[in-house]
Amino acid sequence: MIDRSAREIRDDVAAGRTSAVEVCRAVLDRMQAVNPTLNAFNLIDADGALARAVHVDRARAAGETPGALAGVPVALKDNMCKRGMRTTASSKILERFVPPYDATVVRRLEAAGAVIVGKTNCDEFAMGSSNENSAFGPVRNPWATDRTPGGSSGGSAAAVAARSVPVALGSDTGGSIRQPGSFCGVVGLKPTYGRVSRYGLLAFASSLDQIGPLTRTVADAALTLSVIAGADDADATSSRQPVPDFTAALTGRVNGVRIGVPRAFVSEGVEEGVRRAFDAALATLREAGATLVDIELPHARYAIPVYYLVATAEASSNLARYDGVRYGHRTSDARDLKEMYSRTRDEGFGPEVKRRIMLGTYVLSAGYYDAFYLKAQQVRTLLRRDYEQAFERVDAVAMPVSPTPAFRLGEKTADPLQMYLTDIFTVSANLAGLPAISVPCGFANDLPVGLQLTGRMFDEETLLRVADACERVTTWYKQRPPI
Amino acid sequence: MPTTLTIADVERIAALAMLELTAEEKQLFTKQLAEILAYAEQVQAIDTRGVAATAHVLAGRGMERPDEPRPSLPVDEALANAPDADRGAGLLRVPRVIGG
Repeated sequence: MIDRSAREIRDDVAAGRTSAVEVCRAVLDRMQAVNPTLNAFNLIDADGALARAVHVDRARAAGETPGALAGVPVALKDNMCKRGMRTTASSKILERFVPPYDATVVRRLEAAGAVIVGKTNCDEFAMGSSNENSAFGPVRNPWATDRTPGGSSGGSAAAVAARSVPVALGSDTGGSIRQPGSFCGVVGLKPTYGRVSRYGLLAFASSLDQIGPLTRTVADAALTLSVIAGADDADATSSRQPVPDFTAALTGRVNGVRIGVPRAFVSEGVEEGVRRAFDAALATLREAGATLVDIELPHARYAIPVYYLVATAEASSNLARYDGVRYGHRTSDARDLKEMYSRTRDEGFGPEVKRRIMLGTYVLSAGYYDAFYLKAQQVRTLLRRDYEQAFERVDAVAMPVSPTPAFRLGEKTADPLQMYLTDIFTVSANLAGLPAISVPCGFANDLPVGLQLTGRMFDEETLLRVADACERVTTWYKQRPPI
Repeated sequence: MPTTLTIADVERIAALAMLELTAEEKQLFTKQLAEILAYAEQVQAIDTRGVAATAHVLAGRGMERPDEPRPSLPVDEALANAPDADRGAGLLRVPRVIGG
């Protein structure tokens, strides 16, 4: 049961071969069995999930047409609001926050018959690349429990890899869906900026944040995206671009698809095992009929500094709302308002969040704005142009997701800059607003490695088609972690 | 541009950011932020004359709607998460703002 894909579960529930309750029970058992080891969940809502599953089964019995995700258990990263379900962003400052409303993605999932089973652990406010910045302890990688699952959506990736759930939502500001997807050997899709409503997602960097699925198959990523995508009155940055049935894009045919490879950019600093898996994936694509084209992205090497200037500036502004007044933690016995603000925030935020607020405040402050923030925004334009030029010649760009497979817990925590550098291949898709997917493409020292494909704005279909074509001729996605 | 930061710089930023840092945090951030900023300074060498800034990739292409009032959260729900509220009066309470 727990190995079944979302599509299989939906088909079985719709046909009456199994019930949503039966699926839900199996998933809850598995979640509870592995969570003490993995710490992938901040909250498991067994009662709520079972009640919802009963509702799905009753609706079907009453003759209602089953939704696209009928009876499919879905986990939410703990930075997405579900009414009545504690939502913490893995931060002490929101330890007791219970949202009074649903995120748009939650409304859409439930309308399609999905069963929300709980909230996954993540880096605090989605700031991190290893899930070690959670106030509730790190998540462990199901492939090697002394290693990070990646971040910031580490709990979502670990839960899907460990067969706890078939689908989890993550959010991706600089790689936070794709990198844990790669580290845990699952599919992770960051849609085009604006494709999925951010209403109800706790904001980190509003011009970069995007919600997307983590799944075990490309078809499940396509299915989930079809449900959660689309314009939303409640998010002015959501797009009116029509939403196709993404599963229809999975034709298996990649004949004539042109895949760009930024050779110079990906030649530096990539570990040998990752390089081998990446080269093998390119060979697989060529054999399947795709054409490989050498391209250049001259400004991609600046993506890390640009990203950490832009993202922290936006974060410093977004996180100003955590002031101990309307929600969240408040310090006790402050003498005046200002002391209440600053002590509340010192007590409530963890070290990485404070570091980023400090950095963002600095680059926005008088005297440094032009040299850092404005400059970064200009280079962001140059990076977008690099991609625009590349997409005149190719349909997708292939890169590794991360220069290394999952690293050890504690390996990079003492040096924030070293941690930031691990995001070198993922941040540019966010800066340019482009869709990007991570799909399993091999192993290095028994650890999963992902292939990253980046596409034109709103062309998730090409990414899904190419990723699915890879999946059809390889068996990486069928490998189960030892847990 | 400064590649070094002083404790005083960090204290100034912390005050702007409304963060009361401990002495150890100030020491640590002084070192770490200086390293990160020194690394980020590489963007300053790039020629960006005449290049427009990107603040948002969808600028001007997002959703717009008439600016009309709509139902919002009921007051009791809006106050439900407040650390200190007078629910009867529908108010949030905060420490003294003016005077002492």
